[in-house]
Amino acid sequence: MVDFIIRRAALAPPAQALPYPLVRPRAGFSGFPSPAEDYEQRALDLNERLVKHPAATFFMQVEGDSMVDYQISDGDTLVVDRALEPQPGHILVALVDGEVVVKRYEQHHGRPLLCSGNPRYAPIPLSDRDCQIWGVVRAVIHEYLV
Amino acid sequence: MIGLIDANNFYVSCERVFKPHLEGVPVGVLSNNDGCVIARSSELKALGVALGAPAYQLQPLQRRQGIELVSSNYELYGDMSARMRTVIETFSPSVEPYSIDEVFARFDSVADDELETHCRQLRQQLRRLTGLPVCVGVAPTRTLAKLANHIAKKMPAYHGVCILRANDDATRVLMQSTTIDQLWGIGRRLVERLHLMDIHSVWELRSADPKRIRRRFSVNLERTLLELRGIPCLEMHDGNDAKQRIMTSRSFGRLTGEFDDLREAVRQHAQRGAEKLRRQRGLARAVLVFLRTNRHRTDHVQYNPSAIVELGHPTADSRLIAAAAGQALARIYRPRHWFMKAGVMLLDLVDAERQQLALFDAPQQAAERERSERLMDTLDTLNRCMGRGTVRLGMPRDDATWHLRCAHLSSRCTTRWDEILRVKAR
Repeated sequence: MVDFIIRRAALAPPAQALPYPLVRPRAGFSGFPSPAEDYEQRALDLNERLVKHPAATFFMQVEGDSMVDYQISDGDTLVVDRALEPQPGHILVALVDGEVVVKRYEQHHGRPLLCSGNPRYAPIPLSDRDCQIWGVVRAVIHEYLV
Repeated sequence: MIGLIDANNFYVSCERVFKPHLEGVPVGVLSNNDGCVIARSSELKALGVALGAPAYQLQPLQRRQGIELVSSNYELYGDMSARMRTVIETFSPSVEPYSIDEVFARFDSVADDELETHCRQLRQQLRRLTGLPVCVGVAPTRTLAKLANHIAKKMPAYHGVCILRANDDATRVLMQSTTIDQLWGIGRRLVERLHLMDIHSVWELRSADPKRIRRRFSVNLERTLLELRGIPCLEMHDGNDAKQRIMTSRSFGRLTGEFDDLREAVRQHAQRGAEKLRRQRGLARAVLVFLRTNRHRTDHVQYNPSAIVELGHPTADSRLIAAAAGQALARIYRPRHWFMKAGVMLLDLVDAERQQLALFDAPQQAAERERSERLMDTLDTLNRCMGRGTVRLGMPRDDATWHLRCAHLSSRCTTRWDEILRVKAR
């Protein structure tokens, strides 16, 4: 039964945050607002949670396994925020030799590096290549095949 | 003071945000159906490729110079345009889009000595947040702001921000060295007539007698002259004289969330825009529809979407334009929001006379076009003689679909989940 309900839900059109309640509940004939009104809330909205700067946020899909140590897998969706100031430790999207890549921003002895989360890929010094930071990864969405 | 923020080579810049290999390369954006250049990067302009050049003519250059050609991706441009506006709204309390890549913004509350810093920050933030390079022109009037923007674009010394004050020496020198054909809303024929009066530079026009200009030309040119002197005469919506875009929009009398209200407004705007388009003997390639909620109502959820639908071929047919507008509206409408305003913009206009599509058309299409032109002529004549709105169109079916040939279409990476940008983890 539970399984049935879940599957039905998956077939329903994508849920969207409700901007305002459909009906304003009113108590009886008096027209006094219902005491429940104060507690009315919109449904939780993942956009609100993951997208802090809508004008500067872009979604990207990961191709490859160089970031597996940071729990970023092939096929994952990245939430990339260009409004954030890149700090060492951030996962970044960067342009390296005309390609769009995902890396971890690190500093070794004061030298900025773009590192992978997989020993098979060597770090790239940020200074001596045609490198440019595109945006900071704020979240990773990993969806399961269900 | 009012500012005009204008993206540099907007379509090309949008493509470059997601395709870094296009940076520094000559790039041309092609219309999807007739395959001619509708936008150029500065590198392509430098190669002497004209706007409207057919793609097949570029093949030799493509091999020799490494030109990159992409199909127009209006969904992406529409979304980037909305992002641009959102960022500008954090810098100005009053923002009005003038075309897909130009926005007017009021800076009245910014202190005079902070204005330049404010504009530089705006420019820098737009670049950082959206990836789009822009130029900013600020002045007391719209005509001057447009001129300031032109100067910010053309003269590298300004680093993308130019502030013109009405009565100072720097403004005078710039006006003396700028020719009138660079001015807003002044077409080639008007330039020739002004030359006959020995008016060549912007400064000479500014110094002419307004009464005489009004008598010899029109009240519009008198307004331009007064605007050059720093006297505001043009409102936000008078800006259609540039003939490169047509915008029709209006606020609703009251806030509405009803789809039918919005559809009716969009239908009217589309029809009105098509009428203007026909009057200037133009054709449009694409239709943009936008909705606005009231940003001062902080208790309402804000939703300011826009969408672009490309027309099957350049047209001025009210029916096609209204259908495309209806389709765009259906794509962005969400129930239960309070909308304050709806608008329709006609984009990428071409001259009906210069449009030589008929050459490549099947006889059947040519006949159809002729019928459409006759019908629209009749429509306009009736509305002109018997009052506007005598003959109106119902909203055509929303389900009309456009069949496009998009050989070089870049991915619609901000509006379609299955087309988001791939990022390499290698």
